[in-house]
Amino acid sequence: MSTATTATAGTAEPDPGRPRASFADVLRSEWTKIITVPSTFWTLLAGSLVVIGFSVLWAFAFTSTYDQLSPDARADVAPTSPMQIAFYFGMVIFGVLGVLVVTAEYTTGMMRTSLTAVPRRPVYLAAKALVLGGVVLVVGEAVSFLSFFLSQAVLATKDISGSLGDPGVLRAVAGGGVYLALIALMALGIGVIVRHTAGAVVVVFIVLFVLGIVGGFLPGQWGETVAKYLPSNAGSAILVPVEQSGVLPPWQGLAVFALYTAVVCAAALAVFQSRDA
Amino acid sequence: MIQARGLTKRYGHRTAVDHADFTVRPGHVTGFLGPNGAGKSTTMRMILGLDRPTSGDVTVGGRRYPELGAPLREVGALLDAKAVHPGRSARNHLRCLAQSNGIPERRVDEVLALVGLESVAGKPSRGFSLGMGQRLGIAAALLGDPPVLMFDEPVNGLDPEGILWIRNLMRNLAAEGRTVFVSSHLMSEMALTADHLVVIGRGRILADTGMRDFIDANATSHVLVRTPQAGHLGPLLAARDWRVEVEADQALRVYGASADQIGDVAADHGFRLHELSPVQPSLEEAFMQLTGDTVEYHAGGPARPAAGSGDGPPAAGGGLPQAPPPPPPTIGDDLHGGGHRA
Ligand SMILES: Nc1ncnc2c1ncn2[C@@H]1O[C@H](COP(=O)(O)OP(=O)(O)O)[C@@H](O)[C@H]1O
Ligand SMILES: [Mg+2]
Repeated sequence: MSTATTATAGTAEPDPGRPRASFADVLRSEWTKIITVPSTFWTLLAGSLVVIGFSVLWAFAFTSTYDQLSPDARADVAPTSPMQIAFYFGMVIFGVLGVLVVTAEYTTGMMRTSLTAVPRRPVYLAAKALVLGGVVLVVGEAVSFLSFFLSQAVLATKDISGSLGDPGVLRAVAGGGVYLALIALMALGIGVIVRHTAGAVVVVFIVLFVLGIVGGFLPGQWGETVAKYLPSNAGSAILVPVEQSGVLPPWQGLAVFALYTAVVCAAALAVFQSRDA
Repeated sequence: MIQARGLTKRYGHRTAVDHADFTVRPGHVTGFLGPNGAGKSTTMRMILGLDRPTSGDVTVGGRRYPELGAPLREVGALLDAKAVHPGRSARNHLRCLAQSNGIPERRVDEVLALVGLESVAGKPSRGFSLGMGQRLGIAAALLGDPPVLMFDEPVNGLDPEGILWIRNLMRNLAAEGRTVFVSSHLMSEMALTADHLVVIGRGRILADTGMRDFIDANATSHVLVRTPQAGHLGPLLAARDWRVEVEADQALRVYGASADQIGDVAADHGFRLHELSPVQPSLEEAFMQLTGDTVEYHAGGPARPAAGSGDGPPAAGGGLPQAPPPPPPTIGDDLHGGGHRA
């Protein structure tokens, strides 16, 4: 064993003049972390394939049944309808990525190594959230636009396609990527709180998927109002080009979802700060 | 330098660390010795800011760990060798850590070479053996070239070659002037590596002293005497207020006398001596005497030698003990009870 540890002459005690790690350093580290595990690639690929694939499939479903639809039902078909449904099925997978980036650290013990390197926990969590949010935003936008264009190609066969120039469509499609990024962040918060992968994924699934379905069964006026504010119903309002009854206005819906995300992340930060690692 | 003052950690009603005061100084390998469950890992987690002390505090170089600007440049720690993402390669694992502390990335390849992992640096750590994982953990600890290093049970599960390597590494790091703090429940390991000791039992610091001082203060040296006439020499020696124990093979252990004195007595009375050797007490003996009733866990065997080895003065004028004392217990260790022959 050589002693060559690039001996810093007279290493005795930490020198207060030594460089401080900056937030950019921590960001860079989190970026390297997220791109150097295979699970990131696979979850993003799975999420993308499901959303894009389902968008196309549902576009086919619409075109093949369009002739049998009543005029009322036809009026409800928007160019973004296929991707709305596809998002409902695929969004949980982006949530899984948000869960994994943190629960994988807990279950492997990497969390302790990470917090030894970055002991200021809000800094660590903020860098993780920014990188995750950034990655999912970019991929999510690509997925959203691809879903839109591919489904339009199918819808065009029945002349029911739209374009980004139609009222509210660009906002709906661009908003889809933002929605996915928020989903990942909310899942990150849930992952921090729950710490176990399976448990956190179940919570994400219930919050995003099950609650949305339960909302559909709530009775009366009161039920309809509550249903509008359920997380996935509020969030997916951004995918609706023109305001619809039973759905919050697009921006308001996304804002409600962002608020939920902020609350979950604030709670996550609070427990993360106070808990032993 | 690591300094703990009144450091306390409770988990519910269980006190894992109890008002610990100790100082770990540069230039030495300081052993953190205590049986399993004594609170070593908990103490180390508190040093690293991972667990929050219930009360008291601990500083590294005068500052609490979370206040360190680039902690990996100031403290390197190996807590758990498996604390890496199994899907990430060794090199990428180290790159993440280096980047987070603004450590130049060429340092990654330096430490990989230093621990001998270059050939597997690109492979996911999932396939690593325990020894390789340990080396990766040590590479991470050395990454920031820190003046303070901590290792929690670093030799657990290693093969003899790996143990020797780590032992030399720690000695070299201390020789470079660094602070090296290493925990173990293995007596023999501590005896070979550490020159300073912090002894912990049931969360309490029992000693914070030099290795030699610790042994001298907590165990007495004695002289091993073999003679075909043990039945006669033994009472003769005991009559001089020296404490005498008889081993199963009739060897005598004489406390309170020098080899010269015993040799003279034997010669004066015409006894044949087949062996007359001063025995330095081992760390294990000292440890057992100190922690006799604080030890929570034994790897089998009685908690402490039955009669005759208490820390009180030898029984004055006492005769021979009735029965030979049972061999001292071992704590998962290879040291034999008699200690090292001087
Ligand atoms: N996270 C924890 N929750 C509850 N008890 C704990 C926790 N960590 C350690 N302990 C308890 O604290 C005591 C000290 O444990 P530890 O520090 O791991 O000892 P050592 O490392 O010396 O073997 C043990 O009794 C252990 O059960
Ligand atoms: Mg331990």
